[in-house]
This record gives sequence, C-alpha cells and structure tokens, in this order.
Amino acid sequence: MINGEHRRVPPGTSLAQLIAEVGLDPQRVAVERNLEIVPRSTFGQVMVEDGDAYEIVHFVGGG
Amino acid sequence: MNVQSPVGADTWSVAGRSFTSRLIVGTGKYKDFEQNAAAVEASGAQIVTVAVRRVNVSDPKQPMLVDYIDPKKITYLPNTAGCFTAEEAIRTLRLAREAGGWDLVKLEVLGEAKTLYPDMRETLRATETLANEGFKPMVYCVDDPIAAKQLEEAGAVAIMPLGAPIGSGLGIQNLVTIRLIVEGAKVPVLVDAGVGTASDAAVAMELGCDGVLMNTAIAEAKDPVMMARAMKLAVESGRLAYLSGRMAKRKYADPSSPLAGLI
Repeated sequence: MINGEHRRVPPGTSLAQLIAEVGLDPQRVAVERNLEIVPRSTFGQVMVEDGDAYEIVHFVGGG
Repeated sequence: MNVQSPVGADTWSVAGRSFTSRLIVGTGKYKDFEQNAAAVEASGAQIVTVAVRRVNVSDPKQPMLVDYIDPKKITYLPNTAGCFTAEEAIRTLRLAREAGGWDLVKLEVLGEAKTLYPDMRETLRATETLANEGFKPMVYCVDDPIAAKQLEEAGAVAIMPLGAPIGSGLGIQNLVTIRLIVEGAKVPVLVDAGVGTASDAAVAMELGCDGVLMNTAIAEAKDPVMMARAMKLAVESGRLAYLSGRMAKRKYADPSSPLAGLI
C-alpha cells in the first residue's frame, strides 16, 4: 500500500527502487513504513515486504 | 533593546535562529505557485509555513512548492494543520522533520472544524512530547496568558496566540490578553491567525508582539502581492511605533501650538 493505494512490486525491491519507480525525487519526500519513519539514508537498504503500508509525503502550500 | 537602532538591525530570534523580518506568511489558498512566490517576495518574509501531505503517486511530476519557493533561501516552517489529536500532529511533524531536516516546526492541534479553535489539552500534550524528541515547536494557541505560560514551560520556543479564528480576517479581538501574553512570555510571541488587513498587523506589533503570522489576509486580497507589501510595511511601522513608545492618552484636547504670544 502506498498512500492508501495498492501496488504490486517484484520480490527483492528496495524502498529506493520503489520511490524511483513511482517517479519521485527521494530528496523531496519523507517516508513512513508501517507507522515508523524510514530515514532517507536507509532507503537503499530497506526491502519492500508483502503487506507493507507506506506513507510518502512532501511539503505543499499551507497556512 | 536599543530604541535608537535602525529597523534593519532590529532582529528577533527563535530557537537560536535570527531573522530580520517579523512577518511569517502562509503558502495556502494562492491562485498558483507564481503568485504565491511573488507575494512571499513582496512580504519580505524569511519564514513561510507549509503543510505536509501525501504525494500524488499517480502524477508525481506535477509542480511542487519547492520549485517556486527555495527552502535554502526561505525557512520552511512545517505545520500540523488539519490535525485534531496530539498523535496526528506528532506523526505529521516526525515526517516533516525527515522531509526537510528541520526541527523548527509549527504545532497546531485543532479542537473542532467550525471555529478551528485549538484544543489546548492536546496542544500541551503534543508540545511536551515534541520538545522531548528534540523538536523546537512554535505553538498556535488560545489568547490565554495562563495557557501561554504552560506551553512555554512545556518547551514551546514561541507562543502564537490567535487574534481571531483562522481565516476569519476579523482582526485582533482581545488586545488585553495578547498584551498580557507578551508581558509574561520569555519566548517570542507572534499573533497567528485573525489578521484581515494591514492595520490589524500593526496593532499586533504595537502591543509588543515579536511578529505576526498570516495567510488568508494576503492570499484572499484582490491583489495579494500588493497586500503582501502592505503587510510588510504594517509590521515594520507597528514595530517602530512600539519601540518609539507611544504618547499617553488624554481624556481631553491639548493644543499643539503655543498659547503664549496669541494676538
């Protein structure tokens, strides 16, 4: 699940690969995996597992 | 404070960072990013508030705020707008810290959608947790001097009382409580919410506030860029008036021309 939407990825996909596949710049987002923050420096080591829930956020206009 | 110093040297500090502009502006409700960026430029603001939201996974290439307002030049102050519990707000700011690398954040925990009044019990709880986690929370709160003190004790690096409900543009409703908060605080006090036009911002500064935070008053003006400049001038003139020390009020008239030598 990414931001509430189902997504299928091949086994052995890292979080960095997932972010690239979605088309996002990893420098501009923050990621929460199963309610835990994933430090940006570890995106390459974190492997996507079956049933993971990701929230990928960025900054938008707000007051 | 050196009253004689020119306004350019009149800085304020929050959580160890110094700023010359006392106006913080929001980045919501603008027609487009270009107008937003032009308004920020005209306002002279060095800090802008931003919200934390899900990226659009189905359209990741759409323009982003950071393409128009450079976070290396303007300090992004992530907010927790839309959060109604301490947990939601803390979760949002943990993500914000990871996204931007900043510990200076704006905490707001809302009590209800109708008034957008802060829930002070949740706000206080979130302030304590955030401070313990190393955040520097600038906290949106009610215009209550006792609540302001409690927030400061809990670790708020700035107290940001509302002047009137968020987005209402009604101006500062309670001059007495804002003044009492300013007098009692050891951290910066900024009026956050309720400013409608330039005179409202000047009033906040004349009360001794360290700054003013606004969004809708600029974004919903017919000419937001011109209003941004008006707000910049109002904040500066209100600050100067405060530093100058205004005249005492009299009940009756007092002539400005000499009475001696009248023909």
